[in-house]
Amino acid sequence: MSSFKEQFEIPGRFRNISFALMAVGIVSVIVGFFMYGSHEPARFWATMLHNSVFFLLITNASMFFICATTLAMGSWQLAFRRVPEAISKCVIPLGIIALIVLLCIVLGDQHHIYHWLDKDHVQHDTILKGKAGFLNPTFFIVWTLLSIGLWIALGHKMRQLSRYLDENPLASVAEGRKYVFKSTIWSALFIVWFALTVASVTPWLWLMSIDAHWYSTMYSWYTFASSFVSGMSLIALFVIFLKNRGYLEVVTEEHLHDLGKFMFAFSIFWTYLWFSQYMLIWYANIPEETVYFKPRVQGVYKGIFFLNLIVNFLVPLLLLMRRSAKRNYTSVAILAVLIIFGHWVDFYQMVFVGPFKDHVDLNLFDFGVAAGFVGIIMFSTGRALAKAPLLAKNDPFFKESVIHHT
Amino acid sequence: MSVKKFVVGCFDDEAVLFPAVKKVRKAGYKLHDIYTPFPMHGLDHAMGLRDTSLHTAGFIYAITGTTTALGGISWVFTKDWPLNIGGKPHFALPAWIPITFELTVLFSAVGMVLTFCYLCQLAPFLKKHHFHPRATDDQFVMVIECTEKTNEDEVKSFLAQTGAKEINVQNAETGWWLGRYDKDTMPFQVRKEKTAFE
Repeated sequence: MSSFKEQFEIPGRFRNISFALMAVGIVSVIVGFFMYGSHEPARFWATMLHNSVFFLLITNASMFFICATTLAMGSWQLAFRRVPEAISKCVIPLGIIALIVLLCIVLGDQHHIYHWLDKDHVQHDTILKGKAGFLNPTFFIVWTLLSIGLWIALGHKMRQLSRYLDENPLASVAEGRKYVFKSTIWSALFIVWFALTVASVTPWLWLMSIDAHWYSTMYSWYTFASSFVSGMSLIALFVIFLKNRGYLEVVTEEHLHDLGKFMFAFSIFWTYLWFSQYMLIWYANIPEETVYFKPRVQGVYKGIFFLNLIVNFLVPLLLLMRRSAKRNYTSVAILAVLIIFGHWVDFYQMVFVGPFKDHVDLNLFDFGVAAGFVGIIMFSTGRALAKAPLLAKNDPFFKESVIHHT
Repeated sequence: MSVKKFVVGCFDDEAVLFPAVKKVRKAGYKLHDIYTPFPMHGLDHAMGLRDTSLHTAGFIYAITGTTTALGGISWVFTKDWPLNIGGKPHFALPAWIPITFELTVLFSAVGMVLTFCYLCQLAPFLKKHHFHPRATDDQFVMVIECTEKTNEDEVKSFLAQTGAKEINVQNAETGWWLGRYDKDTMPFQVRKEKTAFE
C-alpha cells in the first residue's frame, strides 16, 4: 500500500486556472451588476439563479451517488470514493452562494423572476391566490434553509464516517458490520432528505415557481435527472484528471466503464422525462399547460430547446453506446464535458424563458459567471482532495472495489 | 456434420477449472468447449473467445424497428389514410414516439433472442450431443477435441494432472440433428451405459 500515491497535491497550474476562473466569475458578476443591476435586475438575478442552482445541484448529486451506492451495497465506488466526497464538499460554498442569491431574489422582491412575490398581483390572481400557502416568502426561505443546511450537515456526516476509518482501522468483523450499519442509516437519511428536496419540493420552489401559473408533476424528476447525469459526468472528469496525474492506481477501466454506463443510462432517463413531460402537454393541448412550451418550442428559444435534445440525448446515446467508448478515457472525458454543458443549457431554458419570453440574450455574462462557478468547484474539490488520503483503504468493501470486474 | 473424437474431463471446482484452462491452452490442445452449470465471469476471456457481436446484431434490429415504425406510421397517417385526430397535424411525431420506442425494443429483443438461439443451435426438436449430464447440475465439463495426431492417453493423463475428476473419451456428433430428448436416447441413459461399461 505504501507505494501508492495516496496524497493528492494540487498542481500549480490547476490552482492557477481555478483562481483565474474565479476571477473571471467575480469580474463578470460585478460587470453584470453594473450593466443590468439597476435597469434590468431580472437579467442579473436570473443568471445568478441559473448558475448557482445548477452548480449546487450537480455537486450535491455526488453525495446522492455515494449514498445510493452505499444503500445498494455497491462496492465499486470505494476505489474512487474520495472523489465524489471531495466534490460534495463544494455544496458548502455553492450552497451559501445559492442561499444568498435566493434570499436576495425573494427578500429583494424580484417579482420579474418569481411573480408570486408581488402581493398586489396575487390578490387579483385566483391561481396564485390558491397557491399562496406554498408559494410565499416564508415557506420559500424556511425550505431553502432546511434543504441546503441538511445537505451540508448530512453530507458532512457521511464524509466524516468515511474519514474516521483512515485513522481508526476496523479491528474486527463485528466492528465492520457496525460500520456498514451506521453508514447505511446515515445514507438512508440523506436519501430521504434528498427525495424530499431535489426530487420534489426544492425544484418546485427554486425553478418551477418562475412559471408560477404552470405546473408539471414531472418537473422535479426532470431536474434531478439533469443534475444527476451532470454530477456523474463531473465525478468521471475528476477521476480521469486524477488518473492522468498518476493518482488512483486502483481505478481501472472497469470503474470508468461503470461511470460511463451511468452517464449513458441517465442521459436516456433524462430524455424519457423530457419527452414524457412534453408529450402529455402536447397531446392534451390545454392552454394552461401549453403556455410553458409555447415560447420554448415555437418561440425564440426553439434553437436552445432542440439543441438540448441533440446534446443531451442523441450524442450520448450514439457515442456512448459502444462498450469501448465507455472504457476509453478520452471519449468519456469529452462526453462528460459535453453533457455538463448540455445540462447547463437545459437549466438556462428552465430559468430564462419565464422572465424573458421574447428574446434570447445568452452572452458572455452568463459564460463568465459559469466560469466562476467552475473555478469554485475546481478550487474547493482540489482542496478537499488534498486534505484526505485518496484511497478509502480501510473501508470493508475496499478490496471488492479493487477487484471490481464488469 | 461429422463425428469427432473428444476427451472429456469433469471438474468440480471453478478454482481448479480456471488454471486448468490456462494449462490446456498453453499445452496447445484444442478446446472444443466448456460446459458449466451457470454463467462464469471471465471464462470466455480465459478460453480466448472473442467478444460476441450479438450487440451489433441487436443494434441493427433496433434501427430496423425504428425505421419500420416511423416509416409505417407516417405512411399510414399521411399518405394512405389521413385522419383528423383531435385537430393534430397528420405528421404527429410526438404521438408516434412511444410506438416507435416499443417497436425498436420489440425488434431488438425478438431479433436478439432468435439470433442467440441460432448461434447456440437451440430450437425445438433439435438435438445435440451432451457430453455429460451433470454439466447442468454441479460439474464443469471441459471438452478437448482430438485430431489424428492426438494421443488420447496423453491428453487424459494431462487432464488428470490439472485436476479433472472424471475423464473419458467420447465419439460424438458435432452438429445437431432432428429428434426429441424424450423419444430418443436420454442423456442419463447414455451416462448409465458409460458407467456400466467402465
